[in-house]
Amino acid sequence: MYTAGIDMGSRTVKVVIIDNDAAGAPSVKKTHLMFPGDVDGDAAADKAYDDALAAAGLRRDEVRAVFATGAGRKTVNFATDSVTEMSAGAKGVSYFFPSARTIVDVGAEEGRGVKTDGNGKAIDFAGNEKCAAGAGSFAEAMSRALQMTLTEFGEASLRSDKSIPMNAQCTVFAESEVVSLIHSATPKEDIAKAVLDAVASRVCAMVRRVGIDKDVVLIGGMVHNPGFVQALKSSMDVDEVKLPEIPEFVSALGCALLAAEARQ
Amino acid sequence: MSEQSNGANKPEFWRWQENVWADESRDWRAAKAITVGIDVGSVSSQCVIVADGELYAYNSMRTGNNSPDSAKNAFKGVTEKTGLTLNDVHMVVGTGYGRVNVPFSHKAITEIACHARGANYMGGNGVRTILDMGGQDCKAIHCDEKGKVTNFLMNDKCAAGTGRGMEVISDLMQIPIAELGPRSFDVDVEPEAVSSVCVVFAKSEALGLLKAGYTKNKVIAAYCQAMAERVVSLLERIGVEEGFFITGGIAKNPGVVKRIEKLLGIQAMNTKIDSQIAGALGAALFANTLVTKQGALAPIAF
Amino acid sequence: MIANYGYKDGSGEYYISIDTDRCISCAAGRACLTGCPKGMFENMTDDYDDEVVQVKQQFRRNLAYDCADCKPSGGHASLPCTTACTPGAIKHSW
Repeated sequence: MYTAGIDMGSRTVKVVIIDNDAAGAPSVKKTHLMFPGDVDGDAAADKAYDDALAAAGLRRDEVRAVFATGAGRKTVNFATDSVTEMSAGAKGVSYFFPSARTIVDVGAEEGRGVKTDGNGKAIDFAGNEKCAAGAGSFAEAMSRALQMTLTEFGEASLRSDKSIPMNAQCTVFAESEVVSLIHSATPKEDIAKAVLDAVASRVCAMVRRVGIDKDVVLIGGMVHNPGFVQALKSSMDVDEVKLPEIPEFVSALGCALLAAEARQ
Repeated sequence: MSEQSNGANKPEFWRWQENVWADESRDWRAAKAITVGIDVGSVSSQCVIVADGELYAYNSMRTGNNSPDSAKNAFKGVTEKTGLTLNDVHMVVGTGYGRVNVPFSHKAITEIACHARGANYMGGNGVRTILDMGGQDCKAIHCDEKGKVTNFLMNDKCAAGTGRGMEVISDLMQIPIAELGPRSFDVDVEPEAVSSVCVVFAKSEALGLLKAGYTKNKVIAAYCQAMAERVVSLLERIGVEEGFFITGGIAKNPGVVKRIEKLLGIQAMNTKIDSQIAGALGAALFANTLVTKQGALAPIAF
Repeated sequence: MIANYGYKDGSGEYYISIDTDRCISCAAGRACLTGCPKGMFENMTDDYDDEVVQVKQQFRRNLAYDCADCKPSGGHASLPCTTACTPGAIKHSW
């Protein structure tokens, strides 16, 4: 039996199709990531899903159930059901790390902490979806001010051992602060570290509301930013932050797994 | 989100006009007490001269990279206009975000107290509720008939509801900031407010609305409405009373002001004086009171 | 004077308000200064020359995070600051 999960994020659409009959455990058949750009919400979900199906060599009627999650989950009109980002993330993480108890999810426009019971079920969460300061877009805006890509930005931050505090909390104000740091000839790597430390400390404060239990797993787009991972580790005061292999797809995978469970 | 506006050649749509004014009907040389108020804000700086307790001259200009220089330049602008020098001044009070960086001031007073005092002068003793939308903050103040603060809040954490938030949309739309207000009324139907409070998200939302077929004017209207709703929620925390006075740069944006008035059901008071100088005016008036009480202080040269 | 320190952002409204009229002749001996585990309060002379208490500048933009440990989810039944302030000058908006 094939099931699929679709994660309609603020910037990207993620699709995962899984084969639930594979020997032992469900296995990932196909993942597909799309940046919708100019495509409208509804059309984007359709296109991403069809592209994933084509790549997997499947037809729509061969997939038994499709669950959707993410900010735009309601716009996925062909989904059988929709689940919250917390449930999807917790389920997806348990596939890779059954030992996970705290999930930190930092995407482009939101950051959240989820406490999970070890069976892939979310039991508590704290999040901030309404302010850009605690999410990836904060770092993205600052990297742009430094004329670096987010990846370069993260790598640069690893070369710094300074801790410059950022006064501004707001992304908009922080842009001016970064510009003035550039004017005062502060090395780019120190600015990058200051920015990622600031995001990490905000994310960390949020996660503390649900409590930090081991193991800690980070999901979402910021997984690709080693500077952020480092900043998060020191901010949370943990030795290790586990990173799944396909960080962007964890929630979509969780959806596909939940869809399979619902059909069994 | 769009690209950064760091380019030196890019037109700056968000710039306010700078101006200098002096009361030509009076001669400062005849005054017994001349006091100066300097308000170094994050975006604009003002210098106000008060002669015998009455507004005499002011200069309003863009704040530079350096607060002490902005304070000096603001003062120089008035001296050029009036011929008055620092040696003719009996006391200087600094206020605003850069108040501790006014090198020639005798005292620093918070912008909250100064705005209340300035608004009380400009709007009279009926002023009770003051909204100051500065470049990087938003203040809601309730005061008594003497202009003394009775309740206040200041939000400088978040750009929503600040002049900076307005500049962002001006830049995004590539429309001069002074045109935003009038344009926001040039729409077929009044749109719903942009739903995101966060300026970063509101910016993406605005782009989405353009893509969905909104005219620029309609997006601006939706943004002005969001700004008004945001500000009203801050005002409600301190309690809104008749005698509503708006200071700061946003007072010049009817697109936001009219929408605030509509939400509150109260008209903002009119003033002939540029409301952007309220803080500096209040500072100069505080200085005048101090001169009356304690006498003049020797100028601090810069 | 009611002084509201804090902010409202997309995530909510976070203000500590201090009724400075109750602060001027504090009957609790400024217990708030030591009552707050983070030491967020400090003495100050306000613009009208009254001796009152304010929330330190460095905490004003961080209340949602800094106060989180004292909220019910942090294991406290009541806020240490408002408990210490017997004149009732301190209030939290959230």
